[in-house]
Amino acid sequence: MTALLTIIVLVFILIAIWQMVKIFDLAQARSENNQVATDKDNTMNGYLMMGFLAFIYVITIISIVNWGDLPLISNSASAHGPTIDNLMIISLVIIFFVQTVTQFLLHYFAFKYKGEKGKKALFFADNNKLEAIWTIIPVIVLAGLIIYGLNTWINIMGVDESDDPLVVELYAQQFNWKARYAGADNTLGKANVRLIDIDRANILGLDESDPNAQDDIITTELHLPVGKPVLFKMRSQDVLHSAYMPHFRAQMNCVPGMITQFGFTPTVTTADMRQNPDMQEKVNRINDIRVENSKPLIAKGEDALERYEFDYLLICNKICGKSHYNMQMKIVVETQEEYDAWIKEQKEFKNSLIN
Amino acid sequence: MSAHADTHAHDEDHGHHHKETFVTKYIFSQDHKMIAKQYLVTGTIMGVIGVLMSMMFRMQIAWPEEPNVLFEALLGKWAPDGVMDADIYLALVTIHGTIMVFFVLTAGLSGTFSNLLIPLQIGARDMASGFLNMVSYWLFFLSSVIMVISLFVEAGPAAAGWTIYPPLSALPMAQGGSGMGMTLWLVSMAIFIASSLLGSLNYIVTVINLRTKGMSMTRLPLTIWAFFITAIIGVISFPVLLSAALLLIMDRSFGTSFFLSDIFIQGEVLHYQGGSPVLFEHLFWFLGHPEVYIVILPAMGLVSEIMASNSRKPIFGYRAMIASILAIAFLSTIVWGHHMFVSGMNPFLGSVFTFTTLLIAIPSAVKAFNWITTLWKGNLQMNPAMLFSIGFVSTFITGGLTGIILGDSALDINVHDTYFVVAHFHLVMGISALYGMFAGIYHWFPKMFGRMLNKNLGYIHFWLTAVCAYGVFFPMHFIGMAGLPRRYYTNSNFPLFDDLANVNVIITIFALIGGVVQLVYLYNFFISIFYGKKATQNPWKSTTLEWTTPVEHIHGNWPGEIPHVHRWAYDYSKPGHDVDFVPQTVPLKDGEEELQH
Repeated sequence: MTALLTIIVLVFILIAIWQMVKIFDLAQARSENNQVATDKDNTMNGYLMMGFLAFIYVITIISIVNWGDLPLISNSASAHGPTIDNLMIISLVIIFFVQTVTQFLLHYFAFKYKGEKGKKALFFADNNKLEAIWTIIPVIVLAGLIIYGLNTWINIMGVDESDDPLVVELYAQQFNWKARYAGADNTLGKANVRLIDIDRANILGLDESDPNAQDDIITTELHLPVGKPVLFKMRSQDVLHSAYMPHFRAQMNCVPGMITQFGFTPTVTTADMRQNPDMQEKVNRINDIRVENSKPLIAKGEDALERYEFDYLLICNKICGKSHYNMQMKIVVETQEEYDAWIKEQKEFKNSLIN
Repeated sequence: MSAHADTHAHDEDHGHHHKETFVTKYIFSQDHKMIAKQYLVTGTIMGVIGVLMSMMFRMQIAWPEEPNVLFEALLGKWAPDGVMDADIYLALVTIHGTIMVFFVLTAGLSGTFSNLLIPLQIGARDMASGFLNMVSYWLFFLSSVIMVISLFVEAGPAAAGWTIYPPLSALPMAQGGSGMGMTLWLVSMAIFIASSLLGSLNYIVTVINLRTKGMSMTRLPLTIWAFFITAIIGVISFPVLLSAALLLIMDRSFGTSFFLSDIFIQGEVLHYQGGSPVLFEHLFWFLGHPEVYIVILPAMGLVSEIMASNSRKPIFGYRAMIASILAIAFLSTIVWGHHMFVSGMNPFLGSVFTFTTLLIAIPSAVKAFNWITTLWKGNLQMNPAMLFSIGFVSTFITGGLTGIILGDSALDINVHDTYFVVAHFHLVMGISALYGMFAGIYHWFPKMFGRMLNKNLGYIHFWLTAVCAYGVFFPMHFIGMAGLPRRYYTNSNFPLFDDLANVNVIITIFALIGGVVQLVYLYNFFISIFYGKKATQNPWKSTTLEWTTPVEHIHGNWPGEIPHVHRWAYDYSKPGHDVDFVPQTVPLKDGEEELQH
């Protein structure tokens, strides 16, 4: 209904504009009207250019003030997170600086040099020095960004096996996630979707004859011990998915037919992150919104929305079909002791099969 | 177009005189000017469909799962009780992308202006092959029709995203839209590519062979340089998409395994073995990335020309502009991997693509600064075309700058496939190219239809569009940086994103206003064709050759001899001349130096 009303209002605005233009046109009819800009048009649009410059600045400031508190730029929860955040902040500062200056020049020139009858423009076709300057400056800035960026990238993507990472498989299917822990031997058993046997509850297609597979543990929640490097091996059984863990600055596609990987070290437990003042503020803000959104539901006799409590999430970030928008898995980062206690409660693969 | 029904009365004989009937003149025309108009009108119709779709899915994002009479009316069974279905949401996103990128900004933009301007600005009677040109348009028309038909198939249109990554696009059991809808999508695109290749070859041959006497390559207007290089990129990269589409058709219908392997879906193992979806991504983006330059380069050419003419100044750094077009074209073919940093390809390749990608910022920066300098100390005539050109530079800068984040593999990990990407590419290639197209239409409308567009409606169109474009896409960067993935039917399953809901409402309101404002333009466009103010021969006082042709279109463009060219295209406000523009056809005065930099 809101949408329809909006559209009706818009149509009325259009009609109003159209009528105004007609009046404007008729008023101009006597003077020369060949639809080419006159000095008056130039002046009006010159001022509008300055107004538009102000609009760009205002919308920038509004966006930063209202939405600039970005959980994806601060409070990362992985060891490599701060390097990405730093690079992101440096890039953003450069972007905002260049944006502010160039937009000013563009719109200010459009205002300052607005046309007047009888004025003649400066015949200025070329200047090698100027062009050299604005070729070399971007070269230097970009060289810095490229070197910093590549360095960061190589550090993140390079897997250091000597760290003895915890190996975990992330398994994607329409439309949910599973995790497979390698068990005591820290070696994932062989697997292929051709070996899936739903009747025997071999849902991930593990090779039952592989000794490494026997102690594997399949779960629907991802638990990670804090401070321990973890190496994810990703698989998908049907279409492309993407394992996106925004708080850990981690993402990798899951591709049917191949195994992809991504590694990081979680550094903040879920419990600690819930205590983080920034996060608490965000959670409170969200809960205020949820209380507000619950009011119409309660009025209709439905249940209110649940209170939100912070959790790390693994979400699908590659279009994968109808329920793409609801393909998620909870991630719990905890102390080694809590993790050990949790993993002990999970069933090993050999015990989970139905014979 | 009945206003021009009497034009053939003025036709002059140029050795290929033949009687024109309604069919040969308006339908199966081989005249490049008519074909340009056909491209423009078809592109406009497709554009209306594409924009309507975006307004619908924006409403769904802002007011998720709320009943909407508009959905009920337009989507029928896909919106039971007015609530949009999740499958059709993805279909709308997919078809919106396909239509806007290919049918509007490739065919509608490049097809219109390459056809209109190449012969007129280089001094040729017509394209090298009028027949191929006609075939090119009709293939485009056919592909448009098939794409529109695909909207009505039983299981729904293609819905795997405009990038149609397999296996999602290959398996009808993965998604309803991957059945007949996807088949029609692929057929339509294959025909579209054939059309695009015929057009491009024609443009290349025409520019190389049919330039008039004196029109050396370094006297060409930048429009022609842009169209020429665009056509070359198209010829290099479009066949790769064609091969990808054909291989996908084989996988879908003939049991091959180019892109598929080891798939278990809906309780059964499929026979596919040994293929790789990543291979498809490589093939797709080998076109897909150059495609964004196929879209943006013509807009850059149009903007350069319009800015010089309306600033009454030569374009600053003519040779640097050509060099940067060449550099962008070259780099565009070796950066496709930046769409695939997290696809599972070797991280070393990611490093290489980061390097090449960030290099593109250099020629882009040169172009932006050169445009700004063109304005400096000019005598700016604020015609609607000029406003759109300035708007182009503005959105190109805003959108382009965030490219240094997305092109940087380390940063892309976190913002890949979020709304940050959507904001980036819409500003830098969507809105910018659209502005370029609008600028071109306002500027060359008198050349196309012999009448003027109403400038006051043009001003309203520009300013409201400009405000809405920023209102939509600027805040969108921030929800992207907050981690909101794109292509989500609703975000209500993620309380984490609840505080972004109000941003999405703001964006949608701007999008709706922006969409409706385009009616101002459509009204102006269609009314002015018939009732617009009659145009004079050279309304903008430009130097280029197209303004030496008569207002009424004639076959062969010039009634007598084709004019000869004596100078470059940018002698605006040249010292030593009384008027502030010297057409290319005016010989150099005694002792006058040809400034050609």
